[in-house]
Amino acid sequence: MADPSTPPLIRARALTKLFGAFTAVDAIDFDVAPGESFGFLGPNGAGKTSTMRMIACVSPVSGGELSVLGMDPRTDGPRIRARLGVVPQQDTLDQELTVSENLAIYGRYFDLPRRVIRQRVAELLDFVQLSERARDQVEPLSGGMKRRLTIARSLINEPDLLLLDEPTTGLDPQARHLLWDRLYRLKQKGVTLVLTTHYMDEAEQLCDRLVVMDKAKIVAQGSPRQLIEQHSSREVLEMRFPVGVQETLGGLLEGLGDRVERLPDRVLVYAADGDAAATAAHERGLRPEMSLVRRSSLEDVFLRLTGHSLVD
Amino acid sequence: MATPASILVLEHELLKYRRAFRGTLVSSFLNPVLYLAAMGVGLGGYVAAGKGGAAASAALLGGVSYLAFLAPGLLASTAMQTAAGESTFPIMGGILWDRTFLGMLATPIGVVDILVGKLLYIGLRLTLVTCIFFGVMIVFGAATGPQAFLAVPAAILTGLAFATPIIGFSASQKDPSGFNSLFRFGVIPLFLFSGTFFPVSQLPGFLQPVAFVTPLWHGVDLCRTLALGTATPVGVLVHVTYLVGVAALGLVVASIALRRRLRQ
Repeated sequence: MADPSTPPLIRARALTKLFGAFTAVDAIDFDVAPGESFGFLGPNGAGKTSTMRMIACVSPVSGGELSVLGMDPRTDGPRIRARLGVVPQQDTLDQELTVSENLAIYGRYFDLPRRVIRQRVAELLDFVQLSERARDQVEPLSGGMKRRLTIARSLINEPDLLLLDEPTTGLDPQARHLLWDRLYRLKQKGVTLVLTTHYMDEAEQLCDRLVVMDKAKIVAQGSPRQLIEQHSSREVLEMRFPVGVQETLGGLLEGLGDRVERLPDRVLVYAADGDAAATAAHERGLRPEMSLVRRSSLEDVFLRLTGHSLVD
Repeated sequence: MATPASILVLEHELLKYRRAFRGTLVSSFLNPVLYLAAMGVGLGGYVAAGKGGAAASAALLGGVSYLAFLAPGLLASTAMQTAAGESTFPIMGGILWDRTFLGMLATPIGVVDILVGKLLYIGLRLTLVTCIFFGVMIVFGAATGPQAFLAVPAAILTGLAFATPIIGFSASQKDPSGFNSLFRFGVIPLFLFSGTFFPVSQLPGFLQPVAFVTPLWHGVDLCRTLALGTATPVGVLVHVTYLVGVAALGLVVASIALRRRLRQ
């Protein structure tokens, strides 16, 4: 967790990114402390990737202040990048090389001696469970394997800060869980992780602290627990009605729980006690096709803060 | 001591090239053999037997056989084609397809390092291709005199004068369709009309100045005069200055285009 006595690894004040007349990142402030696992949660186009690219010193800052590892990306790009690990949204593996060659050549880019590279390639392939594919071409590997290889590659220089942009987007559930497990191990070792995601479960699993981004701005920040406590009720009653019925309910939903959210396909009732809300709904004569009570999640926080859901 | 970043990029290129090495070796050898046999020897015999006979054609070609005239011109054209091939699709691949350039830029490597590393690799490829070509010229008896080998560095310079501006062009393209136009309206017409197969003096008068501004004509004439031993200091100076100038200008254009594309 953030310790106020240590200077932040990343410090952003009024950080802004413009593409012509379009504002991709609009004057955001945040700090990332050493050893912390920090997330940017938001839908596609919220400005998460642009922020990551500025932190990674590949995209020039348009305005505001940014310091990474105590240095200025404008002037110290190569020195900062020497200490970063980057897992980009889209793989940038060399398809013409083998799995271990991809790692080795990347190690060379950090000017590591070949002896060191040989040892780390073996360790990292073992860490991401790709040792058996070491001599295979990259091209036929599955999406999950390529992501794991990209993560291994990002660790070749033993980075102080690991940046992961949508690390599990497009992967099947099993591949995601394997990846999360590896990232969790890194976190345990004290590697500072900064990740972007539009999956709330990923943010809940991996992030000590996160900021919620929407339309180029930060709309909330805190730990997943805090965000849920501040912006949502303890429980949620979800009800799904037969087609056409939801529109006819009118005032029947009012006053069930603290707040009612009508989505196109279902009604969400926010309440401290979901079962009590379900009983109250039944007493009012509501007969949903499906009804369930669950704990509030970051998805609910997001819905509350922005008025729309994470994945449209 | 730290290895220069462009050398690390070159290392990556050579690691990839190891797989393609044998294939390119064979085609680098076959290409001049086929051209020099068909056009130099076959067509050359026909040229000598043409209107006015051997004496007339030799006068037009500067007192040498068609084979000796053709070979250094083809050497320069081959360098152009090799450079064009290496400066188009592989550059777009690094930006758009497997996006290896983006991977490199997440490390201490910078945009200029990528450009210089790529050019070092293209320079090595050109050295290999032109040396093999020159070897074939010797076998065909098309390399006359000990100074003829000077055509090799001249051809490498010609290739680099194409590599840099074409990398700039490739870096500005959104998809590979522009490459068709580049080859159809650029590389192939230059190959056919820049003095490789016949003296530029055979072109209609109004087209001759056009030929003189194309980098390939300078490359062809430089290679040819050096190979045949007819080069003059002024001629060499003009050609080399022109080619170095085009390569340098291309380098500036390429670094701007790559930076604009990769550092948004």
